[in-house]
Amino acid sequence: MNFLRLPRATPYLLLLPAIVVILGVVLVPLVVSFWTSFTPYNLTKPATLFQFVGLRNYERLLGNADFWWAFGRTILFITIALNLEMVLGLGLALLINKVTWGQRTLRTIMMFPMMFSPILVGFQFKYLFNDAVGLVNNALFDLGIIQQPIPWLVDGSLAPLTIILAEVWMSTSVFAILLLAGLMALPKEPIEAAKVDGCNPWQVFRHITLPFLMPFVYIAMTIRSLDVARAYDMVRIMTNGGPAGRTELLWTLMTRTGYNNSQMGMANAMGYVSILTSILFTYYFYRKLVSARAFMGGAQ
Amino acid sequence: MAEVRLEKVVKRYGKLEIVHGIDLAVAHNEFVVLVGPSGCGKSTTLRMIAGLEEISGGTIRIGDRVVNELPPRSRNISMVFQSYALYPHMSVRENLGFGLKIAGQGEDEIKKRVDEAAEILGLGELLDRLPQHLSGGQRQRVAMGRAIVRHPDVFLFDEPLSNLDAKLRGQMRVEIKKLHQRVKTTVIYVTHDQVEAMTLADRIVIMRDGHVEQVGTPSEVFERPVNTFVAGFIGSPPMNLIEAVVTTGKARLADGIEVPLPPDARVSEGLPIVLGFRPESFAPRGHSLHADARALSLSRTVVIAEPLGTETILFTTLGGKDVQGKMLAPRPVSPGEQLEFTLDLDRLHVFDHASGVTLR
Repeated sequence: MNFLRLPRATPYLLLLPAIVVILGVVLVPLVVSFWTSFTPYNLTKPATLFQFVGLRNYERLLGNADFWWAFGRTILFITIALNLEMVLGLGLALLINKVTWGQRTLRTIMMFPMMFSPILVGFQFKYLFNDAVGLVNNALFDLGIIQQPIPWLVDGSLAPLTIILAEVWMSTSVFAILLLAGLMALPKEPIEAAKVDGCNPWQVFRHITLPFLMPFVYIAMTIRSLDVARAYDMVRIMTNGGPAGRTELLWTLMTRTGYNNSQMGMANAMGYVSILTSILFTYYFYRKLVSARAFMGGAQ
Repeated sequence: MAEVRLEKVVKRYGKLEIVHGIDLAVAHNEFVVLVGPSGCGKSTTLRMIAGLEEISGGTIRIGDRVVNELPPRSRNISMVFQSYALYPHMSVRENLGFGLKIAGQGEDEIKKRVDEAAEILGLGELLDRLPQHLSGGQRQRVAMGRAIVRHPDVFLFDEPLSNLDAKLRGQMRVEIKKLHQRVKTTVIYVTHDQVEAMTLADRIVIMRDGHVEQVGTPSEVFERPVNTFVAGFIGSPPMNLIEAVVTTGKARLADGIEVPLPPDARVSEGLPIVLGFRPESFAPRGHSLHADARALSLSRTVVIAEPLGTETILFTTLGGKDVQGKMLAPRPVSPGEQLEFTLDLDRLHVFDHASGVTLR
């Protein structure tokens, strides 16, 4: 007990509650889940939690086509959604940056989609794209563009597109907000200097504005790649991985494996592969961010 | 050939008019400095010439073209900004060559002109660095280099030295002057610093509240200021300005001292006037600039003495106001000392008290 009375013990004592919370909330689940990824842990057979099988789960994963399809689909999903959101968000930010009257209101309105729960967005889009009663098909019918209903969520190639559309609808404003912040922080003089130097508006954008914005683009990319990599809720509602697994992403596969098939050990192994992928993405974008920022400064 | 001609140029932001119909003609290869306190409209005027601000009224011509509706890129001008405005993601070489690249010049031509500009400005060693690795003075030189590589018709400078420390400012002032001698081009230069205006300009344009107060060579605005504003703005330390009333052909100060007025002063009996004299016209006997001038002797008590080496600024009072005198070839002076001052009567300025306009 003497140690606790020493002055040098004070910081440890003060930090103790935080340490206990972190241990309980983060570290223990992390260690346990990491352990289970080396066991054939099945929710229905608790004893399997203590049966160490080494890398068997990971070995099976590497040879599992379903897993690799889901993995590839997730990467593709991230790539398409992020790039679309980037381009649309940049366009939105540039437009809103030009608005002088009512910009604050517009900024707030722009953020509305972010305020909805993804589950509700999923339901909404499921309804919009329903082949029988959906608004989209009804509108296309009434306009005479189609004669047969389009099975948006049932067709194997349309379903992923529909999900991407919902994702883009909900999250483009994240890019728009971050890029708008970048645009507002943009120093005025280099742009004026470029105008005097002979640039037309496109050249000013291409050579001055865009390089200035790149750090903001990479920050947005980092945040959003983490978000999209764990896409689950919207997909679960809209297609639940279907039709025939054509929209199965890593997290829907993981949940199916862990809770429907009770193979928690295997699901945790998938989880760790997915986390590793996310870390790689983050690392990549972070490197890009650092190198884009290295150029900045020194304008004034 | 590129004269710049402003006719009745007006700038309005909504209902607020901040430049009120300026007329100005800048000759080919002339170095004109717009000077005035902050908010006088000098930068706005320059930015209208550059095309960065819309012109609300009047016309601006560069050469024989009316440029009112032309974007900056079509005016063949270069501009150096107060904050340098370098492109932070480009090396010095890319910064210098950017305008040429945009104009579609060939690699060889760009390299030739960039090297030439780098040689003129002593930037050779720095060509591969990024702006963030340059000092303030170096950045300023890159900004100037970027302006000269394009061989523009007109150079515009917007307070280019005000971010530099005093010593560097002095050096760069000389470099700008040399640059103009070497690269003969029309220059319009904005500053709030009257020393820069005096040292650089062929002609000075003194502005206040969106109006031009006086246009003239440095010696004209120094020796013949048209009103009290110009008189007080140009010259350092500033001109002493003291209220007086014309009494029997003399200026009677508040403390009863009577100063003979110059014979050409257009004054009438009883007129309230402002008497102006520069510190160098008010010196202790034997320490004045013009020893042979007609002078009035005044015995004054020194309040503060500021020795500057080659001269000492003496603070005293006259006509109930604080005034400054300048002692050339100084000897040590202590506060409280009574000195015999001479006031140079040939270099007196007389202004109307109500309007501030000169009466000579």
